[in-house]
Amino acid sequence: MNLGGGQVVNKQSVMPSSSGASWKSTAAGGSGGGGGGDGGVPDQFPAGLRVLVVDDDPTCLMILEKMLRNCNYEVTKCNRAEVALSFLRENKNGFDVVISDVHMPDMDGFKLLEHIGIEMDLPTILLDCRVRKAYFLMIEFTVMSADDSKSVVMKGVTHGACDYLIKPVRIEALRNIWQHVVRKRKHEWKDFEPSASADEQKPPEEPDYSSSANEGHNWKNTKRRKDEDDEGEDRDDSSSLKKPRVVWSVELHQQFVAAVNQLGIDKAVPKKILELMNVPGLTRENVASHLQKYRLYLRRLSGSQHPGGMNASFMGGPDAGYGSISSLNGLDLQALAASGQLGQLPPQSLATLQAAALGRSTNSKSPISAPVIDQRNIFSFENPKSRYTEVQSQHLTNSSSSKQMNLLPGIPTNMEPKQFVSLQHQSGQHSFGSINNQVLIQMGGQSQSQSHSHSHSHSQGQSNTNPHHGLRPPVLSSEMLTRGGVVDMATTVYNPVVSQASSLVDFSMNHKNDSSGSSYPLGGSLGIPNLASATPTPLQGDGNLDTKVPRRGIVSSYDIFNDINPSGIREWGLQDVGMTFDSAQHTMQGGSGPVLLQHNRSSEREMGGQNRNSTSGKAIFSPGVETGSHRNVGQQRNSYVAENSLRVKAEDGSSHNNTLYPEQYGDDLLAAILKQ
Amino acid sequence: MDQNHMKKQINSARNSLFQQGYLDEQFIQLEDLQDDANPNFVEEIVTLFYSDSTRLIRNIETALDNYPLDFCKLDDYMHQFKGSSSSIGAKKVKDECSQFQECCKARNTEGCIGIFRQVKHEHATLKRKLETYFQVSPSNSLENRHTLQRNTQLCAAD
Repeated sequence: MNLGGGQVVNKQSVMPSSSGASWKSTAAGGSGGGGGGDGGVPDQFPAGLRVLVVDDDPTCLMILEKMLRNCNYEVTKCNRAEVALSFLRENKNGFDVVISDVHMPDMDGFKLLEHIGIEMDLPTILLDCRVRKAYFLMIEFTVMSADDSKSVVMKGVTHGACDYLIKPVRIEALRNIWQHVVRKRKHEWKDFEPSASADEQKPPEEPDYSSSANEGHNWKNTKRRKDEDDEGEDRDDSSSLKKPRVVWSVELHQQFVAAVNQLGIDKAVPKKILELMNVPGLTRENVASHLQKYRLYLRRLSGSQHPGGMNASFMGGPDAGYGSISSLNGLDLQALAASGQLGQLPPQSLATLQAAALGRSTNSKSPISAPVIDQRNIFSFENPKSRYTEVQSQHLTNSSSSKQMNLLPGIPTNMEPKQFVSLQHQSGQHSFGSINNQVLIQMGGQSQSQSHSHSHSHSQGQSNTNPHHGLRPPVLSSEMLTRGGVVDMATTVYNPVVSQASSLVDFSMNHKNDSSGSSYPLGGSLGIPNLASATPTPLQGDGNLDTKVPRRGIVSSYDIFNDINPSGIREWGLQDVGMTFDSAQHTMQGGSGPVLLQHNRSSEREMGGQNRNSTSGKAIFSPGVETGSHRNVGQQRNSYVAENSLRVKAEDGSSHNNTLYPEQYGDDLLAAILKQ
Repeated sequence: MDQNHMKKQINSARNSLFQQGYLDEQFIQLEDLQDDANPNFVEEIVTLFYSDSTRLIRNIETALDNYPLDFCKLDDYMHQFKGSSSSIGAKKVKDECSQFQECCKARNTEGCIGIFRQVKHEHATLKRKLETYFQVSPSNSLENRHTLQRNTQLCAAD
């Protein structure tokens, strides 16, 4: 993967110039057409990219349309979110990427984002005209150094957007949106990994994948379809002997985790799990093998403090991407590695945040400690391609080895202990399986300075994989779903303009107060304050971690996001609290844009709530977060100080555990967190 | 000579709009979008903006008539208006909008009313200036603009 990643990165950088020729040529699978085989557009990435633009402002809409047309994209515009959704529904594979304004009268952008994430899982880019109101995604993770002298807490929440642009939008920002598509697809491709037969298949796949971005692209299509097909197949073949390979998608995994948690990890037997999951077509054998892997994964998490491998992975290229944390219910480990950024910063600055819901892990220890990524690291976008590749390889390696989530592979974690703060998600009811690794990066440092309208310092967030996989009523209540192995983070190639770091990291916070899994409230925004104050410096991970995360082995997030952005993470510029995932190769030129992570759903809430649990230092995040009474958080809009600070958009789902969609943006939560 | 003179004037009119802060580089982005396929793109966008913004202004005015002021709503409306204005590069208008939002945040009724008057003023002023500019400038295709720039240089060299 490394190679692949690197290659991809390279390719991406040259992609635009090749005008899609390379895409076509490398289309190994010959996927029918770019973007879903609609046949309409051949694999001429990026030309012909099918974009759906949603904005209620007719002026902006027209401007965007023209800009996108000038980028040779195929544009469909609409001014209402409902209309957009119906377009998307009618034509499932008809679009490659969606760009939506945040502020719309009938439905706000975040909600739309969620819908899209759940239903279609398309990369979505949000637009807003002010940073202040932008819902940054913050990724918070705690890095525990050996002596605990530094810890940075970064909170990240992913909401699902893969990027966040600030109006007025410049055409340069739009030119690179295709990268989000690629990234996302690559990430989805990685979803194969956790599946039962993934291991066997991986090797052959990897080379293909790595061969070109296009391949990845194809893969994505293939994979996606496969995902869909597999599920269907499974259903059909449940009775037959033939068992098509089951793809353990994020959603499925979350269900699995939920079932396991319900039964208790020790008592979880495949048969019962199967019953609880109630997924047609899933066989006991599938569950059994997945359970076995899961157990290994848990063991790894709890057992090894910091597996060298993990570290290595984190260390990944300099651009350690920002890994999203995937939280497994119960034992979710999520590691966020600010890969790209990290690379730049001294090793120790890199911290991988892993949110692991160790609640139910066999060791009744407190929550996983997640490495905290030095904020500084996060934001320094550098994106050495190597990072990216490394990340990729890491990711793959990791995944293959076990269910280990690749915590941000690219993140060089110098932290000795490599503690990962795992966000514990325990929510019996929610099975968050994954965190959306979508980090939204705020573009255009509007926050930074009005003048730099164009220097989009974007942290590259990775695009997200659809965080909403886990959105299932019982489970998702605002949990952050991380796509298993979200690679997006890592693969975000950003063009300077577009910040990719939109990795949404959804921390699924388990409501369960599992003692062990104290969720980390996003409060611990230690770094945040720093960030906020800092000007485009990467987040400084001063150890303000309030909570010390117990060192519990290294938490490897399940397929973490790969937010690691090997290629040049965008610098966030302070403001970005967010993790820069996968900085695109093009480093950001301007100040780094804040990374937006939208935390969607009540995960924030939970995070806040989790604070409660965080007593024994489990909480990863500083208690500050918790205060975010979610509601309050949501209410305060401007509590965030630094414009560029990342805000976590906390969906206020606190009251509704099962709220799928956040009700409010948790600006405040984020702010609160940051204040921590 | 007349041609050049005319062009020079157009160009200086355009420059002054920038220099005086009425327009910012977003406007240039719009100009860059203009091409042979859409030779009047900028004008079209500006026209669209002005017709749409009338509606937004009316919303704000209505909201400003209801006491006590609903600052959230005002802020919301202004947010939209500001987004729109910034997308065409209306710098002064946008700045006034920001100030208005500050007043909303501070819950300053008088401030809001006062600033809004300024917003409208800037909005109207820019409209006049742009109308004049569009009238005199030729179809602002890329080619023409380049010519304009070249002429400016030539004239400057005189």
